[in-house]
Amino acid sequence: MTDVALVAAPGHDDAALGVDPTTVLAGVAYANPVFTASGCAAAGQELAQFFDPSLLGGVVTKSIMLKPRSGRATPRMAETPSGMLNSIGLQGPGIDAFLERDLPWLAERGIPAVVSIAGETAEDYVKLATKVRGRKGLTMLEVNISCPNVESRGQVFACDPAAAAAVIAGVRRASSVPVFAKLSPDVTSIVDVAQAVVEAGAHGLSMINTTLGVDINTDTLRPTLANVTGGLSGPAVRPIALRCIWQVHAAMPEVPILGMGGIRSGLDALQFLAAGASAVSVGTAVFGDPHAPLRVLEELRSALAHRGFSSAAEVVGIAHRPVDARVPEGADPPGDLPAETLET
Amino acid sequence: MSPVQVQGEVLSIRRVGDYHAMTVVAPGIADGARPGHFIAVGIGGPDSAMVLRRAFALVEAQDRGVYGGTVEFVFAVRGRGTAWLAERRPHDPLDVVGPLGRPFQLPKNPVHAVVVGGGYGAAPLLALAEQLRSRGCRVDAVLGASTGERLFGALEAKRMTTAMAITTDDGSVGEQGRVTDVLPEMIERGADLVYACGPMPMLQAVAELAAAYGIPAQVAVEETMACGIGVCMTCVLPVRGTDGVTRMVRSCVEGPVFHADQVRFDAIGTVPADALGAPVVTA
Repeated sequence: MTDVALVAAPGHDDAALGVDPTTVLAGVAYANPVFTASGCAAAGQELAQFFDPSLLGGVVTKSIMLKPRSGRATPRMAETPSGMLNSIGLQGPGIDAFLERDLPWLAERGIPAVVSIAGETAEDYVKLATKVRGRKGLTMLEVNISCPNVESRGQVFACDPAAAAAVIAGVRRASSVPVFAKLSPDVTSIVDVAQAVVEAGAHGLSMINTTLGVDINTDTLRPTLANVTGGLSGPAVRPIALRCIWQVHAAMPEVPILGMGGIRSGLDALQFLAAGASAVSVGTAVFGDPHAPLRVLEELRSALAHRGFSSAAEVVGIAHRPVDARVPEGADPPGDLPAETLET
Repeated sequence: MSPVQVQGEVLSIRRVGDYHAMTVVAPGIADGARPGHFIAVGIGGPDSAMVLRRAFALVEAQDRGVYGGTVEFVFAVRGRGTAWLAERRPHDPLDVVGPLGRPFQLPKNPVHAVVVGGGYGAAPLLALAEQLRSRGCRVDAVLGASTGERLFGALEAKRMTTAMAITTDDGSVGEQGRVTDVLPEMIERGADLVYACGPMPMLQAVAELAAAYGIPAQVAVEETMACGIGVCMTCVLPVRGTDGVTRMVRSCVEGPVFHADQVRFDAIGTVPADALGAPVVTA
């Protein structure tokens, strides 16, 4: 076997070694700010064929429900310009199988787990949080109140500040780890929803879930997805994610944000940190590049180093500061070089 | 055998009827590759607007030789992604992940097998036929397509089979009709098992025939996939497990080869009401 052409860990950049990548989310320290994204990495096992997931900040597991769930009929997927629609419908083995099989796999390997939970009712979420409570490997709950692929759009809790707050309040009482609410961009004011869940006890926010879309098959002239609508993800939604993070960080700069939505390079991740995210999840990019999360981490560290930063933390929210405050002392003015030459 | 991701290089691309056959230098992928395995190819480079991989069955994998490991696959231009692929030329880079999936299971004894391919579904059956023959099996083949231009591998198959039949919908090559029109005759020559790859309706018809003759069949399905590695959950189909429970299983990691009698062909494109975790229907 020839190793030269294998895609292994991306080339190391010595300058990147000088960057402290650690990040803290609601009091929990992670080795670095790059995570997998819920629904894009299962529970880590499949990606472990390509790289060691313990090198990431953590693995955000696919949203788990109380009972096994078949998900929706096929076709469940349509590629769209710079993105994809999916209507998986939260297929999964149920919380008991997850706790027996998946979470221990992560714990045994020292991979910090962010467990994503999804329910049909507010009570479901409380039961899920109770079942996961105290389990080895669990570092944080991501409460998926925004999956667009549920039976009824009325169940998208994140579209209603009061319903979202009720879910989060219940989970908060049942949980002993930080609770992050995953929000939908498909709302009139994401700041209103964010404020409601923070007041209800959310320690932080995950933004964004997919945004609802439709694709029409031009041969059949019918919707491509069996479910008609699906959630749009990938680089196409990145500006929407950055807008949501920007607005919420501006309104509540003290609330930690796990940012996601179309990240596929280190510079993409840097944008999210600058907009106010303390960490990022790499999701749809994994489908095109199984190494994407690790590559994004390496690229992010290089990008930080080449801009003169000594840590990931110091860039969080930096885009909100006045221009004069942006460039750290001793750094090359970033404006002098095209982004491409800065990247590696 | 774990899959690997390789920055490969196109060695050759040629027209085969209505299809394109591509050989890629991709060291590491051929190691451990078996008939029925597939690869997932990145489309358009790292900044491509086409963000999902395209999956193709392996025609052949050479784990050594002057090029240090090559894989060959065949495809039809069906959209922007495959159109881009058809424009690749020798020395162009190509990002390949593989080998993926579960391959065909080979019999321990020198049995009599029939391989049935529809269109470029014949792709994985050529290497399979070769392996069967090397184990002392008798191999017969039935290849079918809509037209002669959409047959694949007929010459190669003829060389490595004892008996072979070809069908086309338009009668341009072989008999006019479908593979299942001639399959009974092939099975009646004493077949012990059937292997099939092609469109889902063909696989269903082959599965029904094999069941009617009381012989086992293995089918390689072609479901649309986003990742090919088991994380996206888009390529599912209803499959009855050995425990009798139907689950929506991923064709990329639990397939693409299934025992035909376990696939719920009648329910493909739906979630059967008795599937594990199926939604409760309320009137």
